[in-house]
Amino acid sequence: MTALSFTLKSPLQQRLDVSPLVPDLLVGKSQKEVSALTLQYGNHRIAAGELFAIEGDDAESVRISGSPKLDFAGRGMTRGSLVIEGDAGAYAGMHMKGGRLYVSGSAGLYTACELKGGIVEISGNVGDLLGGALPGNKKGMSEGVVIVRGDAGDRVGDHMRRGSILIEGNAGSYLGARMTAGTIAVRGRIGACAGYAMKRGTLLLYGSPVAIGATFNDCGLHTLGFLPLLLKGYYGLDTWFSGPQARRARARRLAGDLSVQGKGEILLVA
Amino acid sequence: MIINGVHIDETFAEAFPMRATRVIVTAQNLKWAHHAAQAMTGFATSVIACGCEAGIERELDPAETPDGRPGVSALLFAMGGKGLAKQLETRAGQCVLTSPTSALFAGIDEGEQIPLGKNLRYFGDGFQISKRIGGKRYWRVPVMDGEFLCQETTGMIKAVGGGNFLILAESQPQALAACEAAIEAMRRIPNVIMPFPGGVVRSGSKVGSKYKTLPASTNDAFCPTLKGQTRTELSPEIESVMEIVIDGLSDADITKAMRAGIEAACGLGAANGIRRVSAGNYGGKLGPFLFHLREIMA
Repeated sequence: MTALSFTLKSPLQQRLDVSPLVPDLLVGKSQKEVSALTLQYGNHRIAAGELFAIEGDDAESVRISGSPKLDFAGRGMTRGSLVIEGDAGAYAGMHMKGGRLYVSGSAGLYTACELKGGIVEISGNVGDLLGGALPGNKKGMSEGVVIVRGDAGDRVGDHMRRGSILIEGNAGSYLGARMTAGTIAVRGRIGACAGYAMKRGTLLLYGSPVAIGATFNDCGLHTLGFLPLLLKGYYGLDTWFSGPQARRARARRLAGDLSVQGKGEILLVA
Repeated sequence: MIINGVHIDETFAEAFPMRATRVIVTAQNLKWAHHAAQAMTGFATSVIACGCEAGIERELDPAETPDGRPGVSALLFAMGGKGLAKQLETRAGQCVLTSPTSALFAGIDEGEQIPLGKNLRYFGDGFQISKRIGGKRYWRVPVMDGEFLCQETTGMIKAVGGGNFLILAESQPQALAACEAAIEAMRRIPNVIMPFPGGVVRSGSKVGSKYKTLPASTNDAFCPTLKGQTRTELSPEIESVMEIVIDGLSDADITKAMRAGIEAACGLGAANGIRRVSAGNYGGKLGPFLFHLREIMA
């Protein structure tokens, strides 16, 4: 069996909602039925067969050729794997509950927003509000793991509730803002206002931060037993954080944001 | 049946169902893991008055522990789930939480989940932090030496308690030497503990007493100094009897341990004063698990 592949016949002119192209909705369908699936393309609907050349028969393993206009990739998927070959647009992995979404290029705004499970892996960069809550909502990512090999934009993990976001590059401003819980690890640099209004949760920082807000207090340098355990939890994932170079137990602990609940922490890995 | 001059009685050990859990105690080094685990499993020889039966199962390499530090695994057994949960929580709180550098993890994932750090976390007085790692919840409780890391729950499974055998010897030192050899062999068997001090019991008991308030009293039939006073089970040359009690996660585990222990005791043989191996039973009325010595040693 070969992966069910969707190859764009021509570059996209409008934004395309590919949320129906997930294993949950494709398993059991014939190629004819798959071709007839209608997708929202700009302000009208269009059959998948008109946009994509469709090949393969294993609907548990779906591949879509990428475009920055390809929105909602893997939305709500619960199983199987979805590979975007190239870039993805906004909302990749939104509301995902299981399975694995891999984007070989970069992804746009709101990647993995309100993620509920599964693994989202982005080879390139991501836009703002990675793993955050949708506008007006108060609960961002609540489970699962997000791996970003490149850089992330602002407000990563906004209102994040649980799970892990692992950023191998740099992250923008307001990292972990309004977090309720969960873990965000960043290997590179971060922008201003990290942990703004975070109530609980952990920011695990390997690079030097630009500045830490005045509402975070220094608790000193410590050997934390849970750190090796946390990093051990990432074994098996293909990320820098699962390798020996990330394994540390020493970290400077900054408690905050003391202007709110103050039970969060920024750990500056030594 | 005679093994190396030791007579194996045609009798059986009688065991009963219990509930059990395994916990893993880690620390900066094995010395401190043992301090915590020994305190936690202390005064846990018999459910008659201790609330639970517990013991250290084995030492663990750093590669075997969740946090990559040296540790030991301990098994705890009780007659019911409520009792086990209560004993575990009390002992973990008083003995592991208090012990420097310690951390406490579940050693059994399956079965009904009972609290480990679930309530101990409140010791953190609001400063405790929860972390879910690999689908399991852990608590980081701030303490004076750093943080006490404790998994939220551990699994409780059905188990077997009260497996036993008696070693009858010509003298007290010889009986103890045979018991020591047996315990050394049995400690290599996984999933079992011998909860009494050093694994050996000298006070093998019978059910009831002439005193109404006592549920158990000395097993006069196997007391050498009462040979002339009671209906004895001992022949004239027997001067000392010692018992090894075994709790296991299954009857198969107890069978393996009994075989290893009896083999080791018989290894010393009649030449070293070991004359008989017998077992404690209550005529099959105590529990559904019967361990026939001769079948085990066949």
